[in-house]
Amino acid sequence: MTSTDRPPVLILGARSDIGLACAHAFAAAGHPIMLAARGVSSLEADRADIALRHGVIVTCHEYDALAPDSAAFLDSLPALPGVAVIAVGLMGEQAENERDAGRAALVMRSNFEGPALIMGELAVRFAARGHGTLVGISSVAGERGRATNYVYGAAKAGFTAFLSGLRNRLAKRGVHVVTVLPGFVATRMTEGLDLPAKLTAQPDEVARAIVRAVEAGRDVVYVRPVWRLIMAVIRAIPEGIFKKLSL
Amino acid sequence: MTGTAELSGWGCYPKVATRLCAPRGEVALRDALAANGAVIARGNGRAYGDSAVSPGTTLDMRRFNRMLSFDESTGVLVAESGVLLGDVIAAFLPRGWFPHVTPGTKFVSLGGAVAADVHGKNHHKEGSFGRYVEWIELMGPDGDVIRCSPRDNAELFAWTLGGMGLTGVIVRAAIRLRRVESGWIRQSTLAADGLDAALAIFEETQDATYSVAWIDCLAHGPSLGRSLVMLGEHARLDDLDQRQRASPFETPRRAARKVPLDFPGWALNGFSVSLFNDLYYSRGKARAREAMARESLTDWDSYFYPLDGLLEWNRIYGKRGFTQFQCVLPLSASRDGLRALLETISAEGQASFLAVLKRMGTQDSAMSFPMEGYTLALDFPVSRPALALQERLDAIVIDHGGRFYLAKDARMTRETLAASDPRAARLAAMREVQGLARTFRSAQSERLGL
Repeated sequence: MTSTDRPPVLILGARSDIGLACAHAFAAAGHPIMLAARGVSSLEADRADIALRHGVIVTCHEYDALAPDSAAFLDSLPALPGVAVIAVGLMGEQAENERDAGRAALVMRSNFEGPALIMGELAVRFAARGHGTLVGISSVAGERGRATNYVYGAAKAGFTAFLSGLRNRLAKRGVHVVTVLPGFVATRMTEGLDLPAKLTAQPDEVARAIVRAVEAGRDVVYVRPVWRLIMAVIRAIPEGIFKKLSL
Repeated sequence: MTGTAELSGWGCYPKVATRLCAPRGEVALRDALAANGAVIARGNGRAYGDSAVSPGTTLDMRRFNRMLSFDESTGVLVAESGVLLGDVIAAFLPRGWFPHVTPGTKFVSLGGAVAADVHGKNHHKEGSFGRYVEWIELMGPDGDVIRCSPRDNAELFAWTLGGMGLTGVIVRAAIRLRRVESGWIRQSTLAADGLDAALAIFEETQDATYSVAWIDCLAHGPSLGRSLVMLGEHARLDDLDQRQRASPFETPRRAARKVPLDFPGWALNGFSVSLFNDLYYSRGKARAREAMARESLTDWDSYFYPLDGLLEWNRIYGKRGFTQFQCVLPLSASRDGLRALLETISAEGQASFLAVLKRMGTQDSAMSFPMEGYTLALDFPVSRPALALQERLDAIVIDHGGRFYLAKDARMTRETLAASDPRAARLAAMREVQGLARTFRSAQSERLGL
């Protein structure tokens, strides 16, 4: 293990495929890693793997995105990270979200409330320190509500708006906010869905794009550029037509 | 994740219809075993034939890809079976460690390396991969994981080395790495103008850590078996110049190139291969002459894995794929046996782009391929005459008391296996008695009656 002058990176939602891939990508660039997730003890093998492969210090921290007290969680960390990536998310089943208010609330809270609150708390601390980078993994599903997944999409839309506002607020205070819109990604969340290969990124591709975006100080990142075009078209369709489409 | 697919090994032949399942962990693996009849584990698909494809369900183990611990005092690495040898090198060479045994590709998984008990250019001196395996954890047909080592469950351990995944699913392994002082290899090349000269060089250079020969299988008459024997040693700090010594593990990174598409079948006809072999041999011989005793430094990646620099090189043989014929002959019969094999191959004029000759050391294993003697490996594009030729070669190998490498095999008959390797029947019997035969089945095990 070597110590480095790279700032530690906090991965919130480290059990997700994108979260884990981000941990590897930042560790490969020499950053110490803090893995935060629910049931974090199940990540012990990944902790060991990241530390062995990349020769950095990796620690595990119990974290529940829906727990009310994010300040207490941040206080429990060994240090305030230099970069925080939030990879928490829950897609749910649209049909179930329509029927069951409890399920819908869980999707809304997991994709918006939890991520936004911890980002807000981190923002206060980063701003007080005068530097830091916040990375929020949102979704192209938040760009326009569609019949097939608007509960998830609406929560992501809220998160995207939150990140945009946060970036605007912190821009003059040395804190940078990156919004990541990955498009389709081959993960546990999308397993079993029939995704078009050309539009589907691998988790490590998303992670490398995030590391580059953090290093270059970019604001909004579409992992595969084609998604910028696709979403521009989807946003441009007049509502009168859009409502009759099945997308 | 489960789906159906047509799957093959590295040689793209044969293609087998299989169900694919890529479990994310031990629980999912256990479920997959419980739910499916016949299964076989597959690592990174570098076995050439049908060893890692099941007529039932093929278990893609690449998600078992974590390194779990490393002991700096002993060099023992514990890792999941889907970790690639290249990952191990990437993580540990910068800290002064290298695998004791490596095959000709770094894209092999640890599970695959154990299952085939792979060998490298140092087999004559340091044995096969299995010699450096401290223990493995194996999932049996009931889903229980047991640790096997030369001390615990020793019989199961022994059968698993070279057992081609037919004893269970390897989930973890502890392997011992070796200390090296640099990422460089001191290489020297010796030209042999015929088979006898090549064998003489191998016998005289038994002390070299690494030795392997490129052999021209199309040369005939007095040039039959002309070879370039390449020797290698891990370079020590003293062998490096000042700039290299400053960062001894930093070697130039090779840019990997990809074969863009399947080559048409005629690209590798007898004429082009013979031309290539002529040029390669003359160039190598000229270099060997001018630098007879002089060694050169080569980086580890170019030395051990020249073909890895060309990703998907298997596609140069075209859509129909290729087979690799690899046999080993006992020492006493090597000269006669190799001569008979080479005469048959060169008379036929069948192209083999890559032919490799190597001295092997002693090996006393339940099922591993090597034996003391010489191994010959050559590629053939899949075609009816090439398959017929290989059957004639099979007979020569059997006549000389040799055997075949299951990790390369794609087409042998069960009669050929039985005639060449009496251990196969013992493996089949052991599988029956231990209740493994019903669960762990590959297209190869079905073909060969294992």
